[in-house]
Amino acid sequence: MSLIHEIDFGTPASKAGETVNLIIDGRSVSVPAGTSVMRAAMEAGIQVPKLCATDMLDAFGSCRLCLVEIEGRAGTPASCTTPVAPGMKVTTQNDRLAKLRRGVMELYISDHPLDCLTCAANGDCELQDMAGAVGLREVRYGYEGENHLKQQKDESNPYFTFDASKCIVCSRCVRACEEVQGTFALTIQARGFESKVSPGMAEKFLDSECVSCGACVQACPTATLMEKSVIEIGQPEHSVVTTCAYCGVGCSFKAEMRGEQLVRMVPYKDGQANRGHSCVKGRFAWGYAQHRERILNPMIRESIDQPWREVSWEEAISHTAAEFKRIQAKYGRGSVGGITSSRCTNEETYLVQKLVRAGFGNNNVDTCARVCHSPTGYGLSKTYGTSAGTQNFDSVEQTDVVIVIGANPVAAHPVFASRLKKRLRKGAKLIVIDPRRTEMVKAPHLEAAFHLPLRPGTNAAILNALAHVIITEGLQNETFIRERCDLDAFEHWATFIADKRNSPEAVEAITGVSAEAVRGAARLYATGGNGAIYYGLGVTEHSQGTTTVMAIANLAMLTGNIGRPGVGVNPLRGQNNVQGSCDMGSFPHELPGYRHISDDATRAMFESLWGRPLDSEPGLRIPNMLDAAVDGSFKGIYIQGEDILQSDPDTAHVAAGLAAMECVVVQDLFLNETANYAHVFLPGSTFLEKDGTFTNAERRINRVRKVMTPKNGYADWEITVMLAKALGLEMAYSHPSEIMDEIAHLTPGFAGVSYDFLEKVGSVQWPCNEKAPMGSPIMHVDGFVRGKGNFMITEYVPTDERTGPRFPLLLTTGRILSQYNVGAQTRRTANVVWHDEDVLEIHPHDAEQRGVREGDWVKLESRAGGTTLRAVITDRVAPGVVYTTFHHPLTQANVVTTDYSDWATNCPEYKVTAVQVAPSNGPSEWQEQYREQAERSRRIVKAEAAE
Amino acid sequence: MSHENKLVMMANQIGKFFAPQTNMDAPEMIADHIGKFWDPRMRRQIYAHLDAGGDGMDAPVREAIKRLQERDKAKQTRA
Ligand code: SF4
Ligand code: SF4
Ligand code: SF4
Ligand code: FES
Repeated sequence: MSLIHEIDFGTPASKAGETVNLIIDGRSVSVPAGTSVMRAAMEAGIQVPKLCATDMLDAFGSCRLCLVEIEGRAGTPASCTTPVAPGMKVTTQNDRLAKLRRGVMELYISDHPLDCLTCAANGDCELQDMAGAVGLREVRYGYEGENHLKQQKDESNPYFTFDASKCIVCSRCVRACEEVQGTFALTIQARGFESKVSPGMAEKFLDSECVSCGACVQACPTATLMEKSVIEIGQPEHSVVTTCAYCGVGCSFKAEMRGEQLVRMVPYKDGQANRGHSCVKGRFAWGYAQHRERILNPMIRESIDQPWREVSWEEAISHTAAEFKRIQAKYGRGSVGGITSSRCTNEETYLVQKLVRAGFGNNNVDTCARVCHSPTGYGLSKTYGTSAGTQNFDSVEQTDVVIVIGANPVAAHPVFASRLKKRLRKGAKLIVIDPRRTEMVKAPHLEAAFHLPLRPGTNAAILNALAHVIITEGLQNETFIRERCDLDAFEHWATFIADKRNSPEAVEAITGVSAEAVRGAARLYATGGNGAIYYGLGVTEHSQGTTTVMAIANLAMLTGNIGRPGVGVNPLRGQNNVQGSCDMGSFPHELPGYRHISDDATRAMFESLWGRPLDSEPGLRIPNMLDAAVDGSFKGIYIQGEDILQSDPDTAHVAAGLAAMECVVVQDLFLNETANYAHVFLPGSTFLEKDGTFTNAERRINRVRKVMTPKNGYADWEITVMLAKALGLEMAYSHPSEIMDEIAHLTPGFAGVSYDFLEKVGSVQWPCNEKAPMGSPIMHVDGFVRGKGNFMITEYVPTDERTGPRFPLLLTTGRILSQYNVGAQTRRTANVVWHDEDVLEIHPHDAEQRGVREGDWVKLESRAGGTTLRAVITDRVAPGVVYTTFHHPLTQANVVTTDYSDWATNCPEYKVTAVQVAPSNGPSEWQEQYREQAERSRRIVKAEAAE
Repeated sequence: MSHENKLVMMANQIGKFFAPQTNMDAPEMIADHIGKFWDPRMRRQIYAHLDAGGDGMDAPVREAIKRLQERDKAKQTRA
């Protein structure tokens, strides 16, 4: 193994269709029109020296190192900024050019410290490389004159340093921050010799707008911007391509290693989801894998008030199997179940559902998608016939109008947000539908054409109003509807939607959004060219989540925005593998590939391969499991990599359900909140410690590759295999690739997927089979998967959760960039410098009414429960609306959320809770008790002491 | 909320989606949905509630549960 060095072509690839032929250093080269001379040369294997150019960024032409001669042209043009022309004859190396380049380098080096031997970038410095490439042998200008060598280091960012003395002012960092990331945090201050890079208004990095994505660090050709991990550990010696285990964007990274030690994560340019970019979580927040609180030994206890006792793997597994057998014998086959993890691999989730169906003999298996995108699955399958988004991320490059509804990609899907913002800066129009003025509404160099700040819980109403305008103003795409959709369903729907009650004027009273803005937005989406809709949990986590997904699907069909690049319906899926966990049959009613468990033919196929009869009845969903536990009919659960106590709504109810069970098995990296109620703890492994695949929000199956030995001894899939075996179900796999082969064999959409194939193509979007051997970047191209597109009537039904005199405000919840989900991983990294507690956002008007000042402790209470947290006063939220995140267990926002849920899928209504806010002195009694109970529950008796 | 009331609420929520579907037989769609997504013990509980008078159940839901109960009975006799 060695370090993977991607070729840097110097400038981005041209997308032009037409090709141009030219001669470079006597070699004939043919490239797309618009390609730079530098890139054309590199494609022919001729490297032109360069410093300010890199192929992630547009050419800038400042360093003058890349000069070339072009026959018939005067002077020595910069090859990075000069486009190719037919018949051009280019010379990249001769004495004149060499002399010029040496002169340029000499100037650079004369103001650069010569501490190469002790520099952290030694061996990975483009300045060093270029000095070599141009044959620099002497520097005639001494260091006596004015220079920058004494500049102060900025070490404020927890992950990288800025050592200004090494800066060559190539402005790659500034451009990366603008072009790649879209944050515009850096500037070049002053001019000429005085010029220097600076975050914001000469602040420290940590105090600036910087979101720590690391694009500037990656772009920097010197050691000026440098990962602290490289400074501490040294340069890596080999790298392995793998996939980020945080969000549903699914960024590809090179894990750069020293033996088994991870030195840094570098976004992989060939990664088809991220194209060489990443966010702070994937690039930097991997320290949790080494965190001292990680549990490495299995543990058991008789009851949850006892301390944990460390035991051997054999004892833990045989104890667990015996418990499940005992419970089933006593309370019946349906008294146990399992939860698969959307953070684990496809192969691992597949095995957990197999264990439940074939080992437990029931279908009580569910996954965290229950609480996020289950309405997407149901809503899209009813309208289009598949349970997934329709596009790839690249599609956004061809979009003209974007609707972002109930999503804040800047915080939750940062790399997609960067790609979207890039497109918006190039002129695409944006409509944001969100109760909050999110970071999308106004960002540097872009502003939404429309922001519809609707009241939480009224998504269906506003989407109906948009469709109403399109239909009544005749803006629909008749041809598409006639050719592609079920006309009978369309007629019924059209009559419904054209009714006055769906007009923007009528709906205004419900949503609080001006009719005029709704009309404007509808016209823009229907007539502005390629229209794409991106949505998140602000759509699904409502009692009308499924209805809203269908309303989105209707809108796209109505305008013909389906089946080609630049359009589509795009759920932004939360966790790294939530798409995959759904695909792998994690739901209690369906087998892998979304086939209902009652379908005899499908069941028979699985039965014959698994050698076990399968139950044809749907099993319990997570909320149903908890209800059944409280009722006494559900007694044991195997939870892989989920923290339902913190992530699921109505904490008190979840706790009651867990406490009513006799055997709760938690498999995780840390003693999470759910583990407070567990009887068995099986230590899990990180994504760095196993092989497998994750499927991202664009249905892309990406490889996860093992870069180090599991610290706990086993990959998660191996633990499930051991447990299955102890339950009498043999699972004979020696490598996850064999599990994928089984999935491919049983699931038509995966038929063409194998590890060998992924090795060849990098990644692939399902369906991947005989019909689509290279996968399916865009769905429903020649027709909907279900045949004809199906318009569903989406009557607005207000949620039962209403404000009133006791609870006059509406709480909506969400997440922020630096933390991930329940925070179990990110809270154990330096990311806490950006967010060390959950806070409550409240409008100045509501705050004033209650006598709440900035930073005050406030009590947040609903009919389900109460908690306290600090207030942040902001007009990002509308009057009457408050907002918080759920990353910290001691705040427990979900103590407050209720058990109301989506009608079709029981996806909880996190986004609407009627609450009251009042000043408070500090943490509530409940929080104090919880902290105490959690501490007590985490006591561990070490194995030696137990003997 | 008691478990039974919760099931009634969930069933009514399903009803409120299908009732306005003018091109479909709403009770049929409701029955189909509940049959496909509710585990047998939840279905048994709602049948028992209907047998006890079906307090709080909307009309199409009542009809749907009746049909589903009959179907489940028929299935059991066959088995
Ligand atoms: S880390 Fe990212 S956001 Fe911060 S300055 Fe660098 S490119 Fe900009
Ligand atoms: S910090 Fe690095 S990338 Fe930025 S201008 Fe200086 S040398 Fe170039
Ligand atoms: S968290 Fe998401 S956007 Fe950030 S690096 Fe990971 S996959 Fe990419
Ligand atoms: S690389 Fe072309 S001018 Fe710097």
